[in-house]
Amino acid sequence: MEKINSNSRSQMAIASFRRNHVGMICLWILVILYGMAIFADFICPYSYKDEDRNFSYCPPTAIELFDHGQLVSPFVYGRTLTFDNVHRRVYVIDQTQKYPLNIFKNGRLFGVNAPGRFYLWGADARGRDIFSRIWYGARISLSIGLLGVGISFILGLLIGGIAGYYGGWVDSVLMRLCEMFMMIPGFYLMLALRAAVPENFNSVQVYLSVVVILALIGWASLARIIRGMTLSLRERDYVLAAKTLGVSDFVIIIKHILPQTISFSLATLMLTVSSYILAEAGLSVVGLGIQDPIPSWGNLLSDAMGIVPVIFAPWILIPGLFIFIAVMCFNIVGDSLRDAFDPMFKEGEN
Amino acid sequence: MMKHVIQRFCSTILLLLIVSFFTFWLMHATPGNFFDSMRLNPQISQETVARYEKLYHLNDPLLVQYGHWLINILHGEWGYSFYYNVPVTHVLGSRLFNTFILSFTSLILTWGIGIPLGIWASLRRNQWIDRLLSVFSFAAFSTPSFFLAVLVLYAASRWGALPLGGMHSPNYDDLSFIDKIKDTILHLIIPASVLSLASIASLQRIMRGNMLGVLRQQYILAARAKGLSETVVIYRHALRNAFNPLVTLLGYEFAALLSGAALIEIVCSWPGLGSLLLTAVRAKDVYLVMSSTLLAGVLLVIGNVLSDILLTLVDPRIRYGKNQLK
Repeated sequence: MEKINSNSRSQMAIASFRRNHVGMICLWILVILYGMAIFADFICPYSYKDEDRNFSYCPPTAIELFDHGQLVSPFVYGRTLTFDNVHRRVYVIDQTQKYPLNIFKNGRLFGVNAPGRFYLWGADARGRDIFSRIWYGARISLSIGLLGVGISFILGLLIGGIAGYYGGWVDSVLMRLCEMFMMIPGFYLMLALRAAVPENFNSVQVYLSVVVILALIGWASLARIIRGMTLSLRERDYVLAAKTLGVSDFVIIIKHILPQTISFSLATLMLTVSSYILAEAGLSVVGLGIQDPIPSWGNLLSDAMGIVPVIFAPWILIPGLFIFIAVMCFNIVGDSLRDAFDPMFKEGEN
Repeated sequence: MMKHVIQRFCSTILLLLIVSFFTFWLMHATPGNFFDSMRLNPQISQETVARYEKLYHLNDPLLVQYGHWLINILHGEWGYSFYYNVPVTHVLGSRLFNTFILSFTSLILTWGIGIPLGIWASLRRNQWIDRLLSVFSFAAFSTPSFFLAVLVLYAASRWGALPLGGMHSPNYDDLSFIDKIKDTILHLIIPASVLSLASIASLQRIMRGNMLGVLRQQYILAARAKGLSETVVIYRHALRNAFNPLVTLLGYEFAALLSGAALIEIVCSWPGLGSLLLTAVRAKDVYLVMSSTLLAGVLLVIGNVLSDILLTLVDPRIRYGKNQLK
């Protein structure tokens, strides 16, 4: 038999993926999002907990380039807080206060000197800069999906592999277990699991518990897919060969069977990351996920769950846009990857 | 068929038992119970708290407690909601009904819109309408449902014609029967349409894929070669076979709807099971959490069994029990 190596197949898949423009654009958007999250300390003008209650729900600050009709270096006007006739907060632009925009000062990309505040995308209820909080929140939201998927993936691969390889009662017990997890509506399971997490956890512990909760929800469907693939793979000659050579079952599963399923699982994985980002947002938005002051894209939106703040400060909806962009990119990249790895799937359409 | 249903029934009972024990264990694994807040209340004596704890067997070992709960459930005794201060059944009944209205409406919307759209897209494959629909689908299932709900509520607040959340107007009790229904439908529009949108998108994609798969089959070619009209080929020959796999989806669809409904219920303040569970989890109201999880599980099982039965009705090739492949 001619030597077939899986490497060339995945190289072909990667080449086919690179030809997919939409997929590549989305991949680059994701790279940029992760980059922004990693360099949040440098990019953001404020830290995530830097608050100024005098600027609660302050609208976005415009960058001014013209002073009395003349082009000058960028600056922002200060704002003074007044109340209108129904005692709503109104921020009036105060043209007497001018704060020049600092570039590369204090280790930050841009910012203005105190007492001026620079809110590129407005401020939240406690006068924290939403722009900064979005990028610090990206650290949580974007990493939680990856970590959760990592754990689900390992669980799903192992359990699916074991169930498919051994078959018989092991298979039926494990598959009933999977069905159990798939049967409970995800959000209900999340709430029930979250109920089990002590309330006095610190932020790192809460973060980890959210990761574990997400992982526990998602592994089952992956395990079922892997099991199906293993069922057919275990009948292959090379598995028989490995068995005859006396290779242990565990090594056969890990080294000979599971790698064959990787290409397919990779695409599923991308789609799972997006569902985890949504799940974290859902959990945080109702106040059961990441806790304030640590930002995540979900809990940044929890203010926006009441219609009243949204009407007066629509800019608090901006984090939702980022959830949308990240999830959409993961979906499209996952979809393009599946097309690339599985040309038959696409041919089925054409 | 009957044997299959019974088998299915038994395994789901087992499943429900495991799920309920799991939830029970989780609720008890956490430090503190509802009585902790009661104990801090100076108006309630410590003896009362102790009496309550004894009454609900809260100091017994976990298995004993679970046994008590299970026996009570079998007797139709669902326990007492400490938070609402009424028997759990009082709260659950109306909440269940509300969630059912919301999920059922969405299900009808999803299938009523998603399937025709899917067929349409498959017949106009790679034309602009198909491209548009696929962009729409990607956007729709990438939008967090709660975020979409807020956006729609925001738009509705500008427009002013639709009620912003809740299920009834304040003057609901004074309305006539017809007006009551009208009022509820008005309140239903926003949550139901937001809930359906993502499902419509995914159903549309699946239906399109199925249809394209079937249209490539040889019997379609044969039907066309016979000189049958395109309408007959598509709607009588192709559609029936493309439709079958979707029936299996119905059960899972139901799970997704319930789960999605929870967040939307919370945002749109729709008094359903999901928002109830959230309150119960926050208040550590054990019996309420147990009962709502169990109910959600039961709803799902019913959904799955129904879709199984429906599948045998729609697809005569499927016969459970007889020479069934592994």
